Amino acid sequence: MPELSAAEFWVGPRVTLALFGGVYNNYLALDVLLRDTYRRGAAGVYFLGDVGGFGPHPARSVERLRESAVRCMAGNYDVSVGNALADCGCGYTDPRDNHYAQISYDYTLDGTTEEHRRWLAALPTRITMMVGKHRVLLVHGSPRRINEFLWESTTPAAYIHHLCELYQVDLIVNTHTGIAFERRLADGRGLINVGAIGRPANNGRLTVEYVLLHLEDGQLHSERVALEYDHARLAAEMEGEGLPPEFVATIRTGWWTTCLEILPTRERRQGRF
Amino acid sequence: MAAPLLPFLHLDSLWLQVTGSRCNIACRHCFISCGPKVDRHAMMTRAQVQVAISDAERLGCRAYYYTGGEPFLHPEILDLIDDGLASGPLHILTNGMLITREIAAELAHRSAAADYSLDLRVSLDGLSAAANDPIRGEGVFEATTTGIRRLVEAGIEPSLALTLVDPAGASPEGRTAMLGFLRALGVERPRLKLIPPFRIGREAARSGRYGPEARLAAEDLDDEAPWQLGCGTSRMVTANGVYTCPILIDYPSARLGDGLAKALVPIPLAYRACFTCWEEGFSCRS
Repeated sequence: MPELSAAEFWVGPRVTLALFGGVYNNYLALDVLLRDTYRRGAAGVYFLGDVGGFGPHPARSVERLRESAVRCMAGNYDVSVGNALADCGCGYTDPRDNHYAQISYDYTLDGTTEEHRRWLAALPTRITMMVGKHRVLLVHGSPRRINEFLWESTTPAAYIHHLCELYQVDLIVNTHTGIAFERRLADGRGLINVGAIGRPANNGRLTVEYVLLHLEDGQLHSERVALEYDHARLAAEMEGEGLPPEFVATIRTGWWTTCLEILPTRERRQGRF
Repeated sequence: MAAPLLPFLHLDSLWLQVTGSRCNIACRHCFISCGPKVDRHAMMTRAQVQVAISDAERLGCRAYYYTGGEPFLHPEILDLIDDGLASGPLHILTNGMLITREIAAELAHRSAAADYSLDLRVSLDGLSAAANDPIRGEGVFEATTTGIRRLVEAGIEPSLALTLVDPAGASPEGRTAMLGFLRALGVERPRLKLIPPFRIGREAARSGRYGPEARLAAEDLDDEAPWQLGCGTSRMVTANGVYTCPILIDYPSARLGDGLAKALVPIPLAYRACFTCWEEGFSCRS
């Protein structure tokens, strides 16, 4: 069994945890999320990585996360920015995806201070915790690769079973793709992808998503939460920063316009482009 | 010089050569020399396919690929598709020539009903009959593009697999032309899979065999190699047994046994074709 990091323990008849991923520089959605999780009584708030990319003013999201009580993990973006690597390491394979990814990455890297880079580079890449009797593993992409894409239509139950067995966990929680889903096995184990709060989930809606994990009477169940934020302001600020109009269009319409080639057939078909 | 040994990480993808080496056409670049009368590798029975999928599922497999030959020559192809989609995402590599309106409708129905993604990868080697048919055979361009149109009409958007018999195809202009070609056929979200020629099988006669430089050494590889190369995370099942990859099924030394259980082992990258995969950064997976 691969070595796991130190565990955290959540006990009690009722516990609510908030889990979110993919800020993508959307500090406005992050502000809303921090207020929302407090209002909903989340005992712990976990960020599964990728502070930067896509949106404007990279420092603003890092500052908010550093000042918050959020338990933060690194995504591939944070590893790359933290170590000033050449690209985001997202794992794209098509030149069209890489073209826009590089624009976004160069902008974020340029706007990240050395102090912020050190903070990003020091973030853990996985967290294991006990929630009641359930062993929960938080990762960015997958337990085996920080940039592995786990989409709903291409992540079969057999693979989730394999990962749960290999890492000896009951629940895997991840992000990276930007589109949330949950798949449970017959024995209750499973995987929850929390989506992203940085941009809409290619569904034509202007909201972004995170997940609440509730422990009630010994059982774990999840709740997806849609957040409204000032998307018009974000879009205007992106324009002001000279970010590509394709990125801005996604914020204004809810449809992805870039980095589409990595999508599986089913998820691609659900979008407009 | 000993060939480098590639670790096996996990069975992410299972390839199944469902129709063996039987194909309805005989492409001049085919690296396993498939054709209408080629029975070197037999067609798999449905029971063989089911056993392989069941074994792979127990091993935590992520995705399944049906290839041949031409998969739609299989008399039970729709049942095989049901078997694959019940376990995970399914990719079918086809020349599209046998896609009737009825078949397209069946595929669309299965695609909509399944939990997992169904992908059609249609092969073509030129954007006109003049460019394609000298490689794939007379009339193939027309039949394949008809198949693509039928898929689109049924609501399925196939990707286009194009072997780079002309290296210029991989240029930005070449890619743009391919994407435009697919859009003109009605594919709103065009996707490409570009394949380097492998100078084995029939392709060796077309473009010449590999030279002595086509050898990999341990120092050529890095830690990413088992993730990048298909053979680090996949295996190929045929009616004749399990092989390291879809490209090497005519090499007896690449046969790893009768079943998957003993096939998930490190393999030597001792074949000339391994050089192409590594040098071109190529993987068979989608």
